[in-house]
Amino acid sequence: MAKIDISGIYKIFGPNPKRHLQAVKKGLSKDDLLADSGHTLGLQDVNLSIEEGELFVIMGLSGSGKSTLIRHINRLIDPTSGSIRIDGENVLNLRQDELIQLRRHKMSMVFQRFALFPHKTVLDNVAYGLTVQGIDKKNARVIATDWLEQVGLQGFGDQHPHELSGGMQQRVGLARALATNPDILLMDEAFSALDPLIRKEMQDLLMKLQQQLHKTIVFITHDLDEALRLGNRIAILKDGALVQQGDPQDILLSPQTDYVADFVKDVNRGKVLKAHHVLAKPVSTLSTSTTVAKARDWMMRHGFDYATVLEGNYLKGIVTLSNLQAATQETLRESVSPVSSVLESADLESLMPRMIRDTAPIAVTTDTGEFVGWVSRSKVIRLISPAQAVDREASLTEPVE
Amino acid sequence: MAFPEILDARSLRQGIDGFVNQLVIDYADSLERLSQPLLTFLVSVEQLLRNSPWYLVIAVLAVIAWFGSRRWTLVVGVTLLMLFIGVIGQWDRGMQTLALMIVALIMCLIVGIPVGVLMSLSERFRKVALPILDVMQTMPSFVYLIPVVMLFGLGKVPALIATIVYAVPPLIRLTDLGIRLVDHSVMEAATAFGATRRQKLLGVQLPLALPNIMAGINQTTMMALSMVVVASMIGARGLGQEVLAGINRLEVGRGLLAGLAIVALAILFDRVTQAYGKRLQYPKQGDK
Repeated sequence: MAKIDISGIYKIFGPNPKRHLQAVKKGLSKDDLLADSGHTLGLQDVNLSIEEGELFVIMGLSGSGKSTLIRHINRLIDPTSGSIRIDGENVLNLRQDELIQLRRHKMSMVFQRFALFPHKTVLDNVAYGLTVQGIDKKNARVIATDWLEQVGLQGFGDQHPHELSGGMQQRVGLARALATNPDILLMDEAFSALDPLIRKEMQDLLMKLQQQLHKTIVFITHDLDEALRLGNRIAILKDGALVQQGDPQDILLSPQTDYVADFVKDVNRGKVLKAHHVLAKPVSTLSTSTTVAKARDWMMRHGFDYATVLEGNYLKGIVTLSNLQAATQETLRESVSPVSSVLESADLESLMPRMIRDTAPIAVTTDTGEFVGWVSRSKVIRLISPAQAVDREASLTEPVE
Repeated sequence: MAFPEILDARSLRQGIDGFVNQLVIDYADSLERLSQPLLTFLVSVEQLLRNSPWYLVIAVLAVIAWFGSRRWTLVVGVTLLMLFIGVIGQWDRGMQTLALMIVALIMCLIVGIPVGVLMSLSERFRKVALPILDVMQTMPSFVYLIPVVMLFGLGKVPALIATIVYAVPPLIRLTDLGIRLVDHSVMEAATAFGATRRQKLLGVQLPLALPNIMAGINQTTMMALSMVVVASMIGARGLGQEVLAGINRLEVGRGLLAGLAIVALAILFDRVTQAYGKRLQYPKQGDK
């Protein structure tokens, strides 16, 4: 079951939205609706399902309805039609007091312009969600102090928000949202108001925290680089309708509409795509305890020049057929030659110099050193090279003759 | 050219007179009884101020000025103004006026802030309340002095009520404005964290509206002071009565001294409330 399930959401702004719903459902466009009735179409038939623990990015330009959409999840805005289920429960059916409980315990929000309480200290800002729940001030402050530390603001508790820089204010906003320990974090252009360096810093902080906390995060942005960097999955919104959703690689490598293609054109692929995108998995691997004779037979039978050798899940290196033929020992252990490796999270840009410098295979491992595969040179070239985009454009234009 | 007579103004007047007279016959006694606590309150404040040694009153005001502004200059200023009132021989009357001001201000707070809050919360109520406030502010006070006197008789209470009616509108307006001016995104944040309406009002809206509310209190106080002379015409004692006596007897000196004492009180109230309002606007800056 999806953590958040949004289905068939329409939102029409204006004095009498219900009256125009049918026309919109039948396909009346945003511009026509505005011209006919003065109503604005905010969202049209949005369907999303967001899984527990994923960082889901909703991307779109201003006016695309992304901020409207995220406000439907905690019902700061109610839809004209459709349903929003959280853990299977339709939040549109909640009574006011149940809705308040949901907002207090299950989800919290980080805002573009921080929206901190200017009259409260930083510490009391962080403690706000807890005091609203009815936790006494002293305990709330203890918890809040801990969260301030987590976002790197220890010692700033007694200051007021206006005394902090923008980046620090948003750290407070993040701590405030995390302090109630919600399952779901709604982030509305949370980093858009920050300058690029600070934004990167905040993205790193968010990813670091997410690794420990595994929240379900819905992140709104207009910045594709940010979306690709943070998102486990990305949905792209245009004029209130979803145009594509998928993982960053999907969006980047197979844009489904020209609108999306336009978006991804200028993205630095080398930065976005990681080593795990260019994996070549070995057909089969050998273990260090395999006997030389067995390995030699196996390789000759399959026509391999070399083979991957693992010890448990960890990479030991490779053995070449010529090495094995000269080997005198019983097991492979002594014939293995070491290879260089990169982390699967390494971006392609950092990989390129190594690939050019030497032709030896480069292994890809997890953070903990477990082997996942080899870097496929052909994949790297295919993904990085803009030729693909050129081909796509060429195929779109009809031959003249 | 004369305007054609559509309504008979005379019978209209008589109708209103009759209505008020009936009101007086039916309700004057019970209204007077109802207003008894107000009178008791006013009298006890007055007794307290007049019976306390003058230096103690000055000291208390100086302490209030200190907590309001955290500035020594203001404390010195308040002390000098009060001494000035004493030196020109207006101390006792000044205390009577001060008592009336304090009680009027407290009543204005009790009435004005809730009404202002209601206006900010309900568009409908606001639509009804705004024209009433306009009338309260522009209607010459003598007009409602007549029925008030008829209902309550001459004395302190009608003077107090007339003062409240005249002085409360700015507080109501600025409370409403202050709450409406609270940053929309901050309110959204409070909602998103599951704050109830009450939590939002007490924890966010009112504290953030406080600088504006203080401005309202400042205006209300000033307007209440400007009612002192009018109020004395229907029985309030104090500085206004002295000014009135000055007019009646054509004694410029009598009127001027009392007038100066009123000005001194006005400056004192104004500076202290303004300084406090300013301090609220920049949280904690003065404390570091």
